[in-house]
Amino acid sequence: MSTLRPRGLQADIRVKFKKIFIYLAIACCNGTGDVLLKRGMDNLGEIHLNHWTHIFNAFVDPWIVLGILFLAGFFYAYLTALSWADLTYVLPATAFGYVVTAFLSRFFLHEAVSPWRWAGVLLITCGVGLVARGPSLTERRTTEHRTKDAVLADKEQHELA
Amino acid sequence: MNSLKLWVAIGMLVLASSAGDVMLSAAMKRIGDLDDIRIRKGLLAVIGHVVREKLFLLGLACLIFSFFCLLTALSWGDASLVAPASASLTYICSAILAKFFLHENVDRRRWLSAALVCVGVLLLVK
Repeated sequence: MSTLRPRGLQADIRVKFKKIFIYLAIACCNGTGDVLLKRGMDNLGEIHLNHWTHIFNAFVDPWIVLGILFLAGFFYAYLTALSWADLTYVLPATAFGYVVTAFLSRFFLHEAVSPWRWAGVLLITCGVGLVARGPSLTERRTTEHRTKDAVLADKEQHELA
Repeated sequence: MNSLKLWVAIGMLVLASSAGDVMLSAAMKRIGDLDDIRIRKGLLAVIGHVVREKLFLLGLACLIFSFFCLLTALSWGDASLVAPASASLTYICSAILAKFFLHENVDRRRWLSAALVCVGVLLLVK
């Protein structure tokens, strides 16, 4: 028994870290991906409708490939988070992408960011911080899951008996 | 007339992307914890599970439709109006849909957060 308890605790901590990591991945990958795409498209130059096939050159640009990888990572993290958290918990994290975009635009692409934009960034950060501190899953659901698990455990015990 | 057309497009875009998100969320809840599946059966199994879930494909179709609505709306109006207006309305609309269709417990904290994010996104264009 004494070995079981710390293991359970360790698993709890692992799950907690996993959730924080996924939440951060959602927040950061989206904005970073967008900025990398923008950086790549700057290399590529403007696309003209008469030479639209020029757009396929985008797929060999390392910045764009990296940007697409980041966006794919974002989508994977988004789906994973949705598999164990409420939509209203995950959605604000996607908005945090705008905050990352603003910082990267300012310091990596050297674009001008107006004070209004920084105010928007502040509001989004507050919104995300507010919801992230709350519960990630509706309580009723958790109990439902637990009862399902409990039913399964009961069945297993019954079968064993 | 033109502005009515534009707002109809924005409305459809917002509805489609919120509905898509709600369906993705429902689909993922149905599949279960993706990390658990990945650890037990590997990444390919995760992709298999996700792609075979009809609700996921329907949600994806909604998101693709909303993307085309976005392109249409962008061709009718300024990007500085369309992009933030649709993004910020989507946060509110998703919260409403999540409350009624997913029966999520959207408490005061989450409404406030949705409102803050909504106003924040609107400010980004200034």
